[in-house]
Amino acid sequence: MLKRLLSKQNRALLSELVRTDFKLRYQGSVLGYAWSLLRPLLLFVILYAVFVKVLNSGRGIPHFPVYLLLGIVIWNFFTEMTNQSLASIVARGDLIRKISIPRWMIVFSSSISALISLGLNLIVVAIFMFWNHVELLNTFPLLFLYLIEVYIFALGCSLFLSAAFVKYRDISFIWEVILQAGFYLTPILFSLSLVPEKFHKIVLLNPMAQAIQDSRYATVTHSPLVITTSKVFNGGWHDLAPFAIVILVFIGGIIYFRKESKYFAENI
Amino acid sequence: MSDDIAIKVDHVSKTFRLPHEKQTSLKSTLINFHKRGYEKQKVLSDVSFEIKKGEFFGIVGRNGSGKSTLLKLLAGIYTPSKGNITVNGKLTPFIELGVGFNPELSGRENVFLNGALLGFSRAEMNAMYNEIVEFAELERFMDQKLKNYSSGMQVRLAFSIAIRANTDILVLDEVLAVGDEAFQKKCYKYFAELKREKKTVILVTHSMDYVQQFCTRAMMIEEGDIVHIGKTSEVAQKYQELFMAAEEKQHKSGDTVSNNSLSCKVDFENQGNELQFAVSFKSKVALEDTVVTFGINSDTGEQVYRWISDDKLGKNINFNAGDAYKLVVKLQNVFPVGEFTVGVRVKNHNRTQNYAIFDEIAQFEIPSRNSLGWDLLWKPHEDVKLEKL
Repeated sequence: MLKRLLSKQNRALLSELVRTDFKLRYQGSVLGYAWSLLRPLLLFVILYAVFVKVLNSGRGIPHFPVYLLLGIVIWNFFTEMTNQSLASIVARGDLIRKISIPRWMIVFSSSISALISLGLNLIVVAIFMFWNHVELLNTFPLLFLYLIEVYIFALGCSLFLSAAFVKYRDISFIWEVILQAGFYLTPILFSLSLVPEKFHKIVLLNPMAQAIQDSRYATVTHSPLVITTSKVFNGGWHDLAPFAIVILVFIGGIIYFRKESKYFAENI
Repeated sequence: MSDDIAIKVDHVSKTFRLPHEKQTSLKSTLINFHKRGYEKQKVLSDVSFEIKKGEFFGIVGRNGSGKSTLLKLLAGIYTPSKGNITVNGKLTPFIELGVGFNPELSGRENVFLNGALLGFSRAEMNAMYNEIVEFAELERFMDQKLKNYSSGMQVRLAFSIAIRANTDILVLDEVLAVGDEAFQKKCYKYFAELKREKKTVILVTHSMDYVQQFCTRAMMIEEGDIVHIGKTSEVAQKYQELFMAAEEKQHKSGDTVSNNSLSCKVDFENQGNELQFAVSFKSKVALEDTVVTFGINSDTGEQVYRWISDDKLGKNINFNAGDAYKLVVKLQNVFPVGEFTVGVRVKNHNRTQNYAIFDEIAQFEIPSRNSLGWDLLWKPHEDVKLEKL
C-alpha cells in the first residue's frame, strides 16, 4: 500500500508540486526564499516586544519568550497547513478535470509545503533557544512525536476540509472562525495558570492544547507552571483522549475524502 | 480478462446530477434540504465494448454525444455511475496539451512539472530534456517565463513532452484541433509512428480523414449510445449520414431582382455531391452582344468560382425585349464549410456598359463537408447550359 503510494512517479510528482508551490510563493520578490526565514523572525520580534516586554504575561515561567514562540510556531503550522489544503483541491481544478493524478497528492503536497515552513520556523526557535540560554532537556526528542501528532491531526482536518470545500464554499469562512476561536481556546499567548482550574481538563482535551503544552514541557522547561494533559488528568486513560481525537479525525478525514474524491472532477 | 484486451468497458452508465440552482453554500442547502431540485442528465447509458492491445481505436460523434465523458471515464477522471471499466496497463490521457502549465514559471520548470504530471520521474526527465527542447525548437527560450511565449510556442513545448509519454495506452482528445500546418504535420507523423509501433491508442476526433487513415477500428456514439462499432469506413459513412440527415436536401428559391433592363432570379439546390443553380433572366428591353457572368463569392469576399459567357460559349448573347433565358450551372460540391453569395452580371461585350449588376442575388450555405472532401485547388467539375425559353 505505502509502496504504491510512494511510487517513483508519485514521488516525482510530489516534489514538482511542492517545488512549484515554493517558487510561486516568492515569485517577484527581491529577497525571495530569504523571506521564509525573515518573515517568522520579524513576527516573533514583534510578539516578543508585546508579550514579554510590554504585557509581561510570563508569570514566572522560565524562558518565557521561547515558550511563547514554540506555541505560536506549532499553532501557525496547523493554521497554515489547513488553510492551504482547504483551497488546494479547488485551486488545482484544472489538473483534476484533465488528468487522473491521485487526488490526495494535491492535499499531501500542501502539507509538505507547510512542513517545510515549520522546519524553517523551528530553526528560528532554535536561534531563540540558544540566545535565551535554554538548556537541552533529555525529553527533547519527544517534541518530534508531538509534531507528528499535530501533523496527523492537521492532515485529517485538511482532507475533510478540502473535500468539503469542493461542494460547499462556505467552509472557508466557517474554518476561519473556528481557527480564531481555537486560537483563544488554546493556551498559546497566555499561561494556562491564568485560567480557573476547573476548566483545565476541558481545555487540555483539545489535541492542539495538549500538543503545544507537552512540546513546551519537553523542550523548554520542566517548570511546574507548564500545565500538561497528563498532569491535569493525573494518569489514567483520559490521557489518551486527545490522541484518540486525532486518530478519529484522521480516519474520518480519509474516509470522507475517498468517498468525495470520485466526484471532484464533476463537482468543481 | 484475457491478455490481449487493453480496455474493457462493461455496461457503463454515467449520470450527472445537475442542480437547478447550484447549492454552494451550507445555508441554502440547509434551508432547501427537502426540496433540492436536481436534474439527472444521463450522458452515457449502458455502454459496453472492448479495445484490444495494439488497436488504434477511433471514437466519433457529434458535440454533446457523450464522447468526451466516455474519454474522461476511460482516463479515470470521472467515476462511472454504473458498470465497470478495466484498464490493462498504464494509461495516459491527453484531454488537453500542457496540463498544469503555469505562466509564471520558466519553460524549463514547466517541462519538469508537466513531465511529472505525465508520470515521469526526475531522472527520466533529465535524460530526455534536451531532446524535448530540441524537438520544440525552443532552445533559446527555456529560461523565459511561459507567459512570454506565444501560444504556438506553448503548444509546441507541450506536444514535445507529450509524445515522450511511454505508456501502454494513449487517450487523445482533439489534440489536433490546435496549431498551424507545420504542427499538424508533426501530429500526423507522430500518429503514423504510433501506428507503426502498434501502440494502443484511443482517438476522439471529428476528422474522418484521421479516422480512415489511422484507426484500425472505430465507434460512433450518439446521445450516449453506441450507434455503430466496427470498420472505420462504415463509421465514417454513418457519421456523414448523420449530418446529411440533419440538413436534408437543401433547396432554396431566390427572390426576383430587377432593374430597368433585366429581371433575374436564382434557384439553388444542394444535392449533396452536386450544387445546382438555375438562373432565370428576362429582358425588358433589347440588349445586343451581351456577356453574362455568374460568380460565387465566399463569405470573406473572395471570388471562388466564375463562369463568363463569351469565354465559355465563344459567342455573345442577344436579348430581344421580353426574351427569357435560363442558365443552369451544375457544380461538383468541393466547397468548404461556410456561407457563399451568388452574383450575376450582364454587360456589353467590351465591358463598357453595365446592364445589370446583381451582386449577392442569392446566398447559400455549406453546413458540413460531404464525402468528396474539399478541393484546395478550386477546380470543380462544371456543367453549364444556357437555353432560351
